[in-house]
Amino acid sequence: MSDTHSYDAIVIGGGHNGLTNAAYLAKAGQRVLLLEQNNLVGGAAITEELRPGFNFTTFSYALSLLRPEIIAELDLVRFGFMPLYMRSHFAPMDNGDYFLIGPDAAVNRAEIARHSKADVDGMERFEHDTARVRQFIRPLFDSIPPNLFSDDPADTERMAWLVKHLGNADKKLLHDTVRLLTGSIADFCDDYLESDIIKATICSAACVGIKLGPMSPGSGINWLYLSMGEHDGIGGSWSFHKGGNGGFTQVLARAATAYGADIRLESRVSSLITDGGEVRGVVLDDGTEFRAPVVVSSLDPRRTFLQIADPRELPADLVETIQRFRFQGITSKVNFALDGVPHYPALGDRTDQYGGFINVAPTVEYMERAYDAAKYGWYSEHPYIDASIQSFIDPDMAPPGKHVMSCYVMYTPYQLKDSTWDAQRENMADRVQATMQRFFSNFNDLVLQREIVSPDIIEAKTGLSEGNIYAGEFFPHQMYFFRPAPGYSDYRTPIRGYYQCGSGTHPGGCVIGAPGRFASQQVLADAKR
Amino acid sequence: MLKQTPFHPRLVAFSQGQAWGNWAGYLSALRYDLSSKHEYFAVRNGAGFFDTSPLHKYWIRGRDAERFCSYVFARDIRPLKPGRAQYTIWCDDAGYVMEDGVIFRYSSDEFLLTAAEPNLGYFRQLARPFDVEVIDCSEDYASLAIQGPRSRAILEALTPDVSDLRYFAFAETKIAETPVTVSRTGFSGDLGYELLIPAGDALRVFDAIWEAGRPHGLRPYGDEALGMTRIEAGLPLIGVEFSSSRYAFTDDERFTPDELGLGWLLKGVDDTTRPFIGRDAIIRERMEGTSRWRTVGITVSWQDYYELFDSNGLLAVPDEIPVPWESMIYNDRDKRIGYSTSFMYSPVLQCHIGIARIKPKYAEPGTEVFIEQTVNHEYINVRATVTTLPFYNPERKTA
Repeated sequence: MSDTHSYDAIVIGGGHNGLTNAAYLAKAGQRVLLLEQNNLVGGAAITEELRPGFNFTTFSYALSLLRPEIIAELDLVRFGFMPLYMRSHFAPMDNGDYFLIGPDAAVNRAEIARHSKADVDGMERFEHDTARVRQFIRPLFDSIPPNLFSDDPADTERMAWLVKHLGNADKKLLHDTVRLLTGSIADFCDDYLESDIIKATICSAACVGIKLGPMSPGSGINWLYLSMGEHDGIGGSWSFHKGGNGGFTQVLARAATAYGADIRLESRVSSLITDGGEVRGVVLDDGTEFRAPVVVSSLDPRRTFLQIADPRELPADLVETIQRFRFQGITSKVNFALDGVPHYPALGDRTDQYGGFINVAPTVEYMERAYDAAKYGWYSEHPYIDASIQSFIDPDMAPPGKHVMSCYVMYTPYQLKDSTWDAQRENMADRVQATMQRFFSNFNDLVLQREIVSPDIIEAKTGLSEGNIYAGEFFPHQMYFFRPAPGYSDYRTPIRGYYQCGSGTHPGGCVIGAPGRFASQQVLADAKR
Repeated sequence: MLKQTPFHPRLVAFSQGQAWGNWAGYLSALRYDLSSKHEYFAVRNGAGFFDTSPLHKYWIRGRDAERFCSYVFARDIRPLKPGRAQYTIWCDDAGYVMEDGVIFRYSSDEFLLTAAEPNLGYFRQLARPFDVEVIDCSEDYASLAIQGPRSRAILEALTPDVSDLRYFAFAETKIAETPVTVSRTGFSGDLGYELLIPAGDALRVFDAIWEAGRPHGLRPYGDEALGMTRIEAGLPLIGVEFSSSRYAFTDDERFTPDELGLGWLLKGVDDTTRPFIGRDAIIRERMEGTSRWRTVGITVSWQDYYELFDSNGLLAVPDEIPVPWESMIYNDRDKRIGYSTSFMYSPVLQCHIGIARIKPKYAEPGTEVFIEQTVNHEYINVRATVTTLPFYNPERKTA
């Protein structure tokens, strides 16, 4: 084998976690090869020019969870990192009214009061109490979970720290935390708020990516997870990276390359090379072999353990746990090229409501009923849509005067009852478009083109099993030291030298980078042993 | 009553909160949007316009105009060709900076100076021995800055004369059938242009710019966003980084060009064919090494800033609005070694930055210093690193 096929570490998958991991390892002086199956890096964080001048964020569409440590440690600003400010949340209502939250606290109070005077301080109490939970959870979120089943001194130390940390919480804080981790977001909101549109706006954030409705126990943890991010230190706020999340992964690729990593495109890994329980390298689909004593998989747990690795080399309990690890993808994207600006009658010629997110979720019940269909294997008649006209935030996304609109669609189950997505894709997109037309009077006339990304397409293009955007459901029993399996939450695997760094590990999905970063710490710490 | 600029009838409609400040006696927007960060991103990733009409503007004309300017201003004006502009300063006899401005050369004997503070009486006094006249034309013109990466595309739709305009060059052209001067200048540290428009035609030109700019996401920006961009660009602001030496009571309030980081303007200071006000003192300062300060940038890492608050049980919430006070700077033995005149969180740089005046021995880039912050009602020092200015300098600015 020639030297060009021999490395210190090989990273499988050029999604944002694989890129992050490769950048950290290369920055630490390792000779790193990153292998990506597609012809561009980014995984589920790509931007594609599907029509001249119109740039679509095919899959993921905004930034918040990305750990600020990564921006600083990898010096990403130097490579073009530029998160643009998303200034508003706009929620249209069935009666033609709306709820619009923006950058000014006093104006927001007036807007809340328009819907419920009691909710003015209700919202502020909600925000303060949940900010305390975030502050309390953050050290757990931002550290490698203890392996409960290990006698490694590092794990004993982590466990001792965890017990001490939990002991520091007061009664209310601990109770609020457990309620969010296990309960429903709708119940939690009821303690603070009266107005249904305000509750719906909060609850909508809990419904992104999981097969649960806002009234389901378990929706709270997703709400909490998605609020753990920040933009410029403002907790829970989101930004839009210049050029979309594809722009962001290009920044990561430039950083990884500058630190010395080799990136090889159109190189799909088929299997590991192992010897006596230790990893030796990987084999590509075309038979090419690359050798390294460390291989890091950024793929989801199913592919990491059951496809790339040979399950026969793994303990049976791990194989069994991974087999029952729930994916059940539930989300679609419908991305529109628009000829102009959607018109919302109650706001006349105003456009400032388009500087951030458009939440089509007019009531809590609307979302819960949208979820009902998914329980029985069908997609919502009236979908919940998390939309954004990204060209308002970054004018380079579309030609002057034209726009691109990303519509994230819930609920569209991966597995349809007695049908296929090939048969239902257009119909699903029609429902999305009809929903937008219901609220925006000129919408149909504006549509120049639409791109439909159903769960089967997410799976086929990104490799995320069943199209689950988080690389595995956010259920309490699939989080923290259970992600992806009890005893395997420390980024290592039973095969020595084989590591995991994808969103199927702690803390989880979204464009967050933490799994890639933690895995690099584990690799580098093990290398010193 | 504060005066209104010629653009004011249009600007009122843009202002969501009617948040107006007072700039030189004119109503001047602090912000138009509810968020100055939103306006800031127009400049950094689209295009923004800023009403600079309250600037003082002076024609300097006559046979001796060049001789006069080369005597009054510390930066040598003689190499400046017609159609070019330069940033300049003027000093007192002791070599302290009085003020700064931008001077445009229209012809061999005709210049236009824009400045933040009134200087007509002072210039006219100095002009007596020269064949030159200084005319205040401040109210004859409206002026508008259009800044940001999209600014060129917007103006190209209105006049062909911006396409090849080089950094700090200007052209006399027409927009909306109105004669205007368009210069590739600005205070944002980015690609940008400034327009000088006859006051009576200001709205007609404005409407044309707005129509051309709207599809590009053009937005107005106010004083807060202006402050953010100029700090990132490392540009000093009178009244913040320094004030005019002529109104100072002590030398602690006065600064030399070298102390303000403006020594680069003094190319050819040794040229004996050009006497100018303050020259001898500046040469002496350099020979004797008596500069008291250096002007540098400082940055605070995200981690250090976060830790400062987290360790006190608080959430770190960075603020991009520049703090309106000076923050003291210390060395590692808690000895005061300077102060930051402008300090803010930079959204494009993802960390806190400051323009600082610091004792020369601590001015080397990379030096570790400590800047005072108020946390939990206490002064706490956080680590900062000395760096060069500007902080933000995209290639497109001069390309």
